[in-house]
Amino acid sequence: MSVAVRQNPQLLETNPPLVKGGKDFHDVTEDISSITEAKVFETPMKYWITLACTGSIVVLLGAMLAWLVANGIGVWGNNRPIGWAWDITNFVFWIGIGHAGTLISAILFLFRQKWRTSINRSAEAMTIFAVMCAGLFPLFHTGRPWRAAYWLFPIPNTDLNMWQNFRSPLIWDVFAVSTYFTISALFWFTGLVPDLATLRDRATGTVKKFVFGFLSLGWRGSARHWRNYEAGYMILAGLSTPLVLSVHSVVSFDFATSVIPGWHTTIFPPYFVAGAIFSGFACVMTLLIIARWTLNLHDYITIKHLENMNKIILVTGSIVGYAYCTEFFIAWYSGNPYERFTFLNRAFGPYWWAYWMMFSCNVFSPQFYWSKTLRRSVPFMFVISIIVNIGMWFERFVIIATSLSRDFLPSSWGYFRPTYVDISTFIGTIGLFLTLFLLFARFLPMIAISEVKGVLANEKHLFAPERQGAVTGHEEAPKHA
Amino acid sequence: MAVIFPKSSDLILKVLGAVIGLGAVGGVAAFAYLSYPTVIDTGYQPVQPVAYSHKLHAGELGINCFYCHSTVYRGAFAAIPGTEVCMGCHSQVRAASPRLEKVRNSYATGEPIHWLKIHDLPDYVFFNHRAHIGAGVSCVTCHGRIDQMVEVRQEKPLNMAWCIDCHRNPAPNIRPAELVTQLDWVPDRDPAEIGREIIAQKKINPPTNCSGCHR
Amino acid sequence: MTSLVQIKFAPKTGPKYWRSLDQAANAPEFRQWVEREFPSTAADMLDGNSRRTILKLMAASFGMAGLVACSRPELRFAPQARLQEDYIPGSPYNYTTSVVINGQATGLVVKTYDGRPVKVEGNPDHPNSLGAATAMMQASVLDIYDPDRSKFVLNGKQDSTWEAFATAVRGLNLADGSGLRILSETVASPTLDGLRTQLLAKYPAARWVEYDPVSRENSRAGSILAFGQALYVHPQFDKAKVILSLDFDFLGLDSPSPLATKQFSKRRLVATEEDIDNISRLYVVESQFSLTGANAEHRLRSRGSEVKQFAQDLLAAVNAPPAAGSDRRSQFLAAVAKDLKAGGAEALVVVGPRQPAVVHALAHQINQLLGANGKTVTFTSAARVDRVDAGVEGLRTLAAAMNGSQVSTLIVLGGNPVYSAPVDLDFGAALAKVAASIHLGQAVNETAAASKWHLPEAHFMEAWGDTRTTSGVASIQQPMIDPLYGGKSTIEVVAELLDLPEKRGYQIVKNFWAAQLPAVGRENAWRKSLNDGVVPVSMMAVVTPVLNAASVSAAVAAAPVAASNGIEVAFVPSGSAWDGTFSNNAWMQETPDSMTKLVWGNAVLVSPAMARQQSLANGDMVSLSQGKYKVDAAVMIQPGQADGAVTLSLGYGRTRSGNVGDAVGFNANLIRTSENFFYAPGFAVAKTGATHIHATTQEHGTMQEPELLGIVGKIRPVFRETTIEEYKKEPAVIKEMVEVPVLESIHPAVVDYSTGYQWGMAIDLGSCTGCNACVVACQAENNTPVVGKDQVLRGREMHWLRIDRYYVGDEEDPRAVEQPIPCMQCENAPCEYVCPVAATTHSPEGLNDMAYNRCVGTRYCANNCPYKVRHFNFLNYHKNQPDILAMVQNPEVTVRMRGIMEKCTYCVQRIQNAKITAKADGRQSDGTPREIKDGDVVTACQQTCPADAIAFGNINDPTSRVSKLKKQERNYGLLEELQTKPRTTYLGRLRNVNPELEKS
Repeated sequence: MSVAVRQNPQLLETNPPLVKGGKDFHDVTEDISSITEAKVFETPMKYWITLACTGSIVVLLGAMLAWLVANGIGVWGNNRPIGWAWDITNFVFWIGIGHAGTLISAILFLFRQKWRTSINRSAEAMTIFAVMCAGLFPLFHTGRPWRAAYWLFPIPNTDLNMWQNFRSPLIWDVFAVSTYFTISALFWFTGLVPDLATLRDRATGTVKKFVFGFLSLGWRGSARHWRNYEAGYMILAGLSTPLVLSVHSVVSFDFATSVIPGWHTTIFPPYFVAGAIFSGFACVMTLLIIARWTLNLHDYITIKHLENMNKIILVTGSIVGYAYCTEFFIAWYSGNPYERFTFLNRAFGPYWWAYWMMFSCNVFSPQFYWSKTLRRSVPFMFVISIIVNIGMWFERFVIIATSLSRDFLPSSWGYFRPTYVDISTFIGTIGLFLTLFLLFARFLPMIAISEVKGVLANEKHLFAPERQGAVTGHEEAPKHA
Repeated sequence: MAVIFPKSSDLILKVLGAVIGLGAVGGVAAFAYLSYPTVIDTGYQPVQPVAYSHKLHAGELGINCFYCHSTVYRGAFAAIPGTEVCMGCHSQVRAASPRLEKVRNSYATGEPIHWLKIHDLPDYVFFNHRAHIGAGVSCVTCHGRIDQMVEVRQEKPLNMAWCIDCHRNPAPNIRPAELVTQLDWVPDRDPAEIGREIIAQKKINPPTNCSGCHR
Repeated sequence: MTSLVQIKFAPKTGPKYWRSLDQAANAPEFRQWVEREFPSTAADMLDGNSRRTILKLMAASFGMAGLVACSRPELRFAPQARLQEDYIPGSPYNYTTSVVINGQATGLVVKTYDGRPVKVEGNPDHPNSLGAATAMMQASVLDIYDPDRSKFVLNGKQDSTWEAFATAVRGLNLADGSGLRILSETVASPTLDGLRTQLLAKYPAARWVEYDPVSRENSRAGSILAFGQALYVHPQFDKAKVILSLDFDFLGLDSPSPLATKQFSKRRLVATEEDIDNISRLYVVESQFSLTGANAEHRLRSRGSEVKQFAQDLLAAVNAPPAAGSDRRSQFLAAVAKDLKAGGAEALVVVGPRQPAVVHALAHQINQLLGANGKTVTFTSAARVDRVDAGVEGLRTLAAAMNGSQVSTLIVLGGNPVYSAPVDLDFGAALAKVAASIHLGQAVNETAAASKWHLPEAHFMEAWGDTRTTSGVASIQQPMIDPLYGGKSTIEVVAELLDLPEKRGYQIVKNFWAAQLPAVGRENAWRKSLNDGVVPVSMMAVVTPVLNAASVSAAVAAAPVAASNGIEVAFVPSGSAWDGTFSNNAWMQETPDSMTKLVWGNAVLVSPAMARQQSLANGDMVSLSQGKYKVDAAVMIQPGQADGAVTLSLGYGRTRSGNVGDAVGFNANLIRTSENFFYAPGFAVAKTGATHIHATTQEHGTMQEPELLGIVGKIRPVFRETTIEEYKKEPAVIKEMVEVPVLESIHPAVVDYSTGYQWGMAIDLGSCTGCNACVVACQAENNTPVVGKDQVLRGREMHWLRIDRYYVGDEEDPRAVEQPIPCMQCENAPCEYVCPVAATTHSPEGLNDMAYNRCVGTRYCANNCPYKVRHFNFLNYHKNQPDILAMVQNPEVTVRMRGIMEKCTYCVQRIQNAKITAKADGRQSDGTPREIKDGDVVTACQQTCPADAIAFGNINDPTSRVSKLKKQERNYGLLEELQTKPRTTYLGRLRNVNPELEKS
């Protein structure tokens, strides 16, 4: 059968292997574990340098937040009428990024999309880190986080006999985001358990043994373990699938439920979700291309993976573009003069530059992916993924700032200028995100070893091994798993 | 392959998890409890500069609250009486008592006595004694049996939850206006019933919205 | 600037509303302007003009304070050892007093808490106040606590004492006083007047000079020309049907008392349909766009020096109708002349203090012709005792004498001549030549620094005194607080000079009045005058002078022809700093100028045409120079400004004002000379190349949407007005300017608004003049913080009640409208449902409550407020100011820290107190609570409003003024199409236009 395959390159063409280089189970374990097992001095210097840079940016973030807490929101550029600016823009931006992970892990898992296996782990990690960054902003944008923390969460306070205002979308946010974070974290960790066990078994140092041993929760890879694992993983996938849709819908309610022209829009939930997935995939793309190159995981993160993700980017990008146009159409069709002016003002008012930045980045740039060659060109897709991320940040900025800057009474129109604190805080969150991801990439298996092996097992019969005796891997498979 | 964790570690892990989990819950509970003013505020009983016994004056001698706190039914604040009020009696009664040294000095020099404030509301709360006295809310409702205290102590929590309870259901704490200073008053029937009648007659409707107390 | 050439004009239909020229011009400059206006680094935050901004940044420690409020602080009472009769701690007590601004006396009622004056109101019994107070009077209370006030007697630079000063005064060898000169501001105090007479008697060769930088001498001189005697002129605006104002900003800068506005608005308020026919018609001829011009039906731009010619032509036109001309001026002239004649005894021509005597005289003559004298304008005698020189003439003679070393002793009682004297007198140098120079003032200002002695002056709320209006009504100036910094009043200092046996202010004043009051029941009369704030003794009688037409025409012939070369510079008092008196008053500095909306500074106002010719943009620095006099100042383009004339307001560019007022704005006195005191011709305007950032509160936006993509913007009917004619034709015209859909909600009504007190407000745009009194009153009542220039630039001003100003029509010569915007207290409030912590909720009485202590500061409510009336404490504005300023705060209102949203709540503290009083009163009598009557609760803005434009009360009470007004056809809710159901509504303005000048 495998012979047939070799004679039929057609099949190779349309349905290439998800793991190249004819790896066997042992190779997989070796390749991926080796990254985490490398001694400190074995780790390339470029890693430590990068980590140092991102780390120092995290310090910057800390300083900026301290300055904010000490002085108040006045150190940002927010003003009247623009009460929300970069703070909430960054919040929505990061939450958006955080969507790809769960989508890939949960939805693609339920749809039995095998190709997800080699990217889901890092995508999930990314999700968690992104949500962490996002969480900072609702907390700190009040300038008095201790109050926000105390009063935004429904802690029973016998002192006031008073609850939060559950009609407020901000409260919905609190629930939506914290739930999302919890589930994603759980999902991620569950997926990690078998691999942690592998690491434990391969570990040499006592400390490593202990740590991994503790984390792997006594995983032995027995059939019973696997059965429970599969079930649990399936349940979590089921749980988090609706969250992918709910979280960003809820975030979009912050705007949709208001009266401000440009915010008060029914299209927001689907529009935001599409945008989130769009930006999320772009971000996964950026990170994976780097990881793939630096940790040379070409055999695991193949062009096919990247191409598939590009297809999703193309689709969601077009959905977003469609949403932009719909907004304009409705603004005109609704006959609401304020709405009408707001959208004219977005595209041609003082913020025209932001609008067209957004439009070209998000709508035009993905269209290149109609071409297969571009879709498969790594440098090209790297550039596009960056552009899309920029575009999606601007989308949030445009929605928030331009709508507020010119609403109903001309007397209270304004213009927003960021301060250096605004800018440094945003850069700081990027630093935090990258730092966390770097640590993850170095100390935890970036690719789901066990799942890849699963894929490998399915493909074994399709693609003949180039080496002899590889099948022996079968025996040791359960042990290593 | 060497066993890192003995079988027992499963148990340890479970216990550990339980401890952490319960700890978190307990922490929140403790916070909620400790933040409750009955815990942090009630029972506050500082030593006053002059050993003035309400038990003696208000209780045994039966001096009416209004005699000294003469502004409660006229103004928002229940003024602490000035030295002159003390001297009104003590220029004759116990005129030479060493315990009244500070009082006499204060009166002579005009230098006020710095009494400690016990019943204190946050600055953003605007409580008006006049309104409450007029409605028939007795001193005892918020200050307790002052007439039995030698050294005055905060008895009630004076927190929002406590205020709101009464504002939502004032009846039990409403009495005929002339009886507000009679701390030991024992109604002959259900006080709530009496309260309801007075509420109906005086059209009492305590505010329960924010600006009732916060301006 | 080129962009101004390509103004896109609005469609012919309807007027064109717009506010910022740069925007109307759709200019790229606008974006640049914006970039300049919103600097983006904290470094910029530090170089704001107010040092407050720096202090604000020093709040670093405060952020943690909220975290550690755990241990219980030890609080102490300090009850008075000796009781004060009927004194309830923490309760407000009101005292009548009286203030003099620019020689005009106004009676006030000051509210004090535990001995701290915190709020100023007008005194209803006082003829110049009638219950109203101006912005400056409202702000005057802040001056008491000004930390920069002078605190010590200074001898040279050394601290000294009053005793030392007393001995020094004894030491002065004044002999017959030939070397003695006394310089004061206009004296309006009978007691001081009396002391002055004594002083001049004691020193027969001494002279007394009265000098005000904003002098009213021209009016006096004019009356001498016309009637042969010095007179105070009292226009009766409420009696006039047709009013022509010749460069007289009587609704604004030229009326230090609220009287003019009070009278004028009587003819603008429309309480019932009949009143519509009483609406007066106002014509204005002026150089700079004034509030009066904004409230005029018709306005003619004219350089100040050309007003005289207009008056002459008008006189001729009133005598014989002129030949109809084609240009606007002659049309205007003809129409006005015709209208005035028709008005007859109900017509009135008034002239501003900046116009020369001859114009005043001409006006008197015209009024005579119309038969207005004695009807719409009355007179009282302004006679003065000998050896009193007044005005800039007096100051010039004094300076000459000082330079001629004829002055050995100069005593400056108040005022700040070194700063405010015309530059050509070089008063500082002259002062140096005086052997003994003594300055009495509230601050160690420019003059104090140049004097040998400086004496701290008591604030008028700190010392006993008295005042007299120009109509002859006297009031006692009653202190509420002992001098905080040990100051003394003018009266006390003059008593010191005279070495009177009685040197205590109280006794001096009381003795003076004891002599005036009838012996019978004197003590009671004295107490009554303290209680009422008015002394029941008239000091003056109305005179009916005889006009001497010959001398007027002689004067007209003799008057020099106005020099028309070069640019003409006009000097006007500032609406904020006045003549510099209020430059250290943060409330005033942050009060937006009524027309330019400029705060924390002044500007050279130029007309759009001139800006075009000389390619000037907002913020360009120019040097105004003539001969050796020169000042650099920043340009601001002012629509409606007369071409060829620029205006620079006084009171800025102080060097020794204090932390608030130092180096704010540009000093007009540097180019003001004693010959050209008000209008200086022949100036050259040259760009210096530098630029300056103006902080304006409302440069953002236009009532007509800007043209985008060639689509001409819609006009948003925010401020609604129509002509009387159209209104009579179709009363619904104002309501129908916007189509309001029917509200179909799936939610049942939560609250029943049909019962109990339901508070509401109606603002009559017809009578509101935009004078800012309400803005400052609100700030004083509600502890609204001052934020400083830099924060205003960031759009963070905190005024709960703001006044929006829109220009209407072509921007060379537009009209302007003013619209006060408080919180609308929406019944369907967009701010409420979005607050995550329920810090803002609706009260059963229709108030949009705001619980500051609950607010966490998400700013969601402000974003969702269509009116943008919610204000956020971006920084710790209150905490960062000097502690003493806490004394001015109203104890009835919570002081907000940073991170808290705040807003107007209809002065809920006043509502609550009124309710408590009403209930308690009733309960003390028969047990049942007394109902609150209309007028029991007045909001701060309503109480102080000189135009009575604000009505507030229970809209469920059909007899209340507000509910009656809301029933009128012209009543509309701002943005009511959003179904917010605002409780604050507006009454559209009805304009009594002259069909000959404006087709409706």
